[in-house]
Amino acid sequence: MSNEATLHHHDVHSDDHSHGHHDHGHHEHKQHFLTKYVFSQDHKIISRQFLITGIFWAIAGGLMSVFFRLQLGFPDETFPILQKFLGEWARGGKMDPEMYYGLVTIHGTVLVFFVLTGGLSGTFSNFLIPLQIGARDMASPFLNMLSYWFFAVAGVIMFASLFANTGPASGGWTSYPPLSALKEASMGSGIGMDLWLVSMALFIVSSLLGGLNYIVTILNMRTKGMSMTRMPLTIWAFLFTAVLGVLSFPVLLSAAVLLLFDRHAGTSFFLSEVFIAGKALPNVGGSAILFQHLFWFLGHPEVYIIMLPAMGMASEILSTHSRKPIFGYFAMILSLIGITVLAFLVWAHHMFVTGMSPFLGGVFVLLTLLIAIPSAVKVFNWLTTIWKGNIRFTVPMLFALGFVSLFISGGLTGLFLGNSALDIHLHDTYFVIAHFHIVMGISAFFGMFAGIYHWFPKMYGRFMNNTMGYIHFFITFIGAYVIFWPMHYEGVAGMPRRYYDYSSWESFKQFADLNQMISVAAIIVFFAQLLFVFNYFVSIWKGKKLMDGNPWKANSLEWTTPIHPGHGNWEGEIPEVHRWAYDYKDDGNGNDFIPQNVPLRDGEESH
Amino acid sequence: MSGLLLVLLVALIFVVLYQVSRSSEMVASIQGEEVFDKKRNKWLGYSMLVLYVAFMAGIYACHVYMMPLMGPAAASDHGVQYDMMFTVTLVVTGIVFLITQLLLFWFAFKYQRRDNQKTVFFSHSTKLELIWTTIPALAMAVLVAIGLKNWFAMTSSAPKGAMQIEMVGKQFNWISRYPGPDGVLGKRYFTNINDQDNILGLDWKDAKTKDDIVLATGELRLVKGKPVELIIGSRDVIHDVGLSHFRLKMDAVPGITTTLWFTPLYTTEEMKQKTGNPNFVYEVSCDQMCGRGHYSMRAVVIVETQAEHDAWLAKQQSYYAQNHPEEFPVTPAPAPADSAKKITMNTPK
Repeated sequence: MSNEATLHHHDVHSDDHSHGHHDHGHHEHKQHFLTKYVFSQDHKIISRQFLITGIFWAIAGGLMSVFFRLQLGFPDETFPILQKFLGEWARGGKMDPEMYYGLVTIHGTVLVFFVLTGGLSGTFSNFLIPLQIGARDMASPFLNMLSYWFFAVAGVIMFASLFANTGPASGGWTSYPPLSALKEASMGSGIGMDLWLVSMALFIVSSLLGGLNYIVTILNMRTKGMSMTRMPLTIWAFLFTAVLGVLSFPVLLSAAVLLLFDRHAGTSFFLSEVFIAGKALPNVGGSAILFQHLFWFLGHPEVYIIMLPAMGMASEILSTHSRKPIFGYFAMILSLIGITVLAFLVWAHHMFVTGMSPFLGGVFVLLTLLIAIPSAVKVFNWLTTIWKGNIRFTVPMLFALGFVSLFISGGLTGLFLGNSALDIHLHDTYFVIAHFHIVMGISAFFGMFAGIYHWFPKMYGRFMNNTMGYIHFFITFIGAYVIFWPMHYEGVAGMPRRYYDYSSWESFKQFADLNQMISVAAIIVFFAQLLFVFNYFVSIWKGKKLMDGNPWKANSLEWTTPIHPGHGNWEGEIPEVHRWAYDYKDDGNGNDFIPQNVPLRDGEESH
Repeated sequence: MSGLLLVLLVALIFVVLYQVSRSSEMVASIQGEEVFDKKRNKWLGYSMLVLYVAFMAGIYACHVYMMPLMGPAAASDHGVQYDMMFTVTLVVTGIVFLITQLLLFWFAFKYQRRDNQKTVFFSHSTKLELIWTTIPALAMAVLVAIGLKNWFAMTSSAPKGAMQIEMVGKQFNWISRYPGPDGVLGKRYFTNINDQDNILGLDWKDAKTKDDIVLATGELRLVKGKPVELIIGSRDVIHDVGLSHFRLKMDAVPGITTTLWFTPLYTTEEMKQKTGNPNFVYEVSCDQMCGRGHYSMRAVVIVETQAEHDAWLAKQQSYYAQNHPEEFPVTPAPAPADSAKKITMNTPK
């Protein structure tokens, strides 16, 4: 059945003029639920699948942080609710250290990979690339579908690992061997670690299938007139995001495979001279540091895989809601290129204290601080974009402004950590936690929220509720700073990350009250995110209906599609593009914007 | 049951919020969307100012609250350099932070939507772009220069005459080893390790091991003003010697030897007075995730004067002697005045 439906579906798809078939009420052959919503090859459905899966993982990962914040904030208390969720791992409401480390690990893994990579770039690359470049779908809708299902299976395996009798992986999201290689080293290094590695391997496959598709689609399937330099910055950002992923994820795959060999095949890639559980292991000659190089060769570009889509969407949203063109379009593209190239050359700044060659460390300091330059250019360009604008404080605009604020705050602390002579003290302290949560956690989330609020009307033909959106923004923005700002101080005092309890440390126990305050703030912010989730799902069915096809009065092509675009996006011809995406100026008819598909007027120069 | 009630309560709050929000939208449609939107936009414009003021006030309040809790100033010569560099970086980034955040919130407030407000079609300016590419580049050059100068100083080889102490991590404690009278740490190899009488795997065939002193507590005894080089290793997984008061840390990696040197500036007693905390103690934290007991992997550093150090050293028995009592006559000699002699006595023949 489904095979036939797929085939037929392709017939229709190949014919550009028959898309009326997909309109409501004109269904001659109603698509089966399975092919329409589950094994769909429509990029718009797939993007929603990525988003909803991402939301699931964000709730799960956020809930984990609530649990370990309970432990950190209230190390002497017991919480019956912990036992409800964690069972034997929290007998009497007191969390076991192994489970604490398991939660920390899975929280990091799922937020970095499943939410801010799969959920962010999976959602918006899928949704916006065809719509904004004027294509009917991805270059390969089938690979696109596979990309989602590999992601889904990776998620199922990761979720299953939470129920392993020895607990989930618990060596931190970086999973450094030998800790992660030896089951004697911790309970989480048992079956939980194997499941983690398999899940990551599948996730990498998903990411590669998606990334290749995005690159090919952007390079080959732009509509007539859509030259590369007319594309919205979102598309540029997705392009470089995909390039980063395609070039760096395979390296992580190799690390995962080698680690599996070390765990089960007796190899010694990462093991040497280990004495554990009362016996000396036979492995000699490997290097634990090798894994770190392989991991961070992905791990650092990964930070930009998370940041670039947020940057691209913020650029688009700041421009649209300020009613002004993005400032320095070419400088924005050049800085994206600069960031992408440098992203591959800075990975060892995560390893300054591994005993690496000081000379090499020096080179990495230089290259790392160079990244500050394109980042600074982007910030100045965003500021100039809103300067002398006519700002509409819609919910997406607020989140985009919040994104810039957080990106500045978190980016600047990177200058401390990227400088090895400071990192030698700050490494693996709460300063690092504060830095990366602000810059690639919260700020990327802000980019993502801005994107969701902005494109929700295109996704579902309805608006999300505004008032709840504003509440969501203010609680999250203030909460983010309340949670993470004081952590800088803890880090400067040397407080190490990944500790289960600080109360026996003379040097760190004075922060107990602060940790409590942070935990309370984190719990409040978590519930504010549930508010967002509630708003999201209720608005799908109950939100205010979209009457105008272009609610934000934006220029890019996605708003030229019908309010409920079918598979194929445009009825009839795909619009031709005549101008760049940021012509926010008087069109001569009292409008302050000129969509990309509007031909140039007499005497008007193209950008 | 209580969990279910909690979930229901949260869901109820959300539904109420949603209905309230809906009704505010109804008000909007009664008042006329346009009027309502304008009013709201104005409120939100002013809220940008409020948010900025609250932001800055919050930063100030946080600073006032945190400063008394911060540890003392750096207690090593590297640390003094570190503190200076930290201050310079803080000033540079602080200025950028204050200016950019101010502009962000000010522009948001100033250029909120107004009727008849004309936007400027300002899409690029090569001059501006060059200015704000050059200025960060220069600032970075300064930070890199200071950083590399300090970095190469920190990672240079230890001065001659530095004390050498080995620090070995294992799940979940530290072991320290002192070279004994011969001044040399003897060889060790992981296959020699056993938890009964050779926790570091010292190679007894190497005569230089026999006077080595091993402390299973990982205690580090340092001398004020005397450079010390830590020879760092691990028995099992990766650990990290974190010396927050000295502003340094270094990984302990199985199969690899790493080093770290610095000069302590104040004795523990002096620090007790400086901080006014009679319980002050220099602590070694493990700063690399190492498993279940990671958070409890603590050791103590005692910085003392040379005389105190000599007296302490004199009382130590070599690890070999501790574990091979049969080779040594049981003569607990009264502590002689000259500590050097005592050490010679304990040296195995």
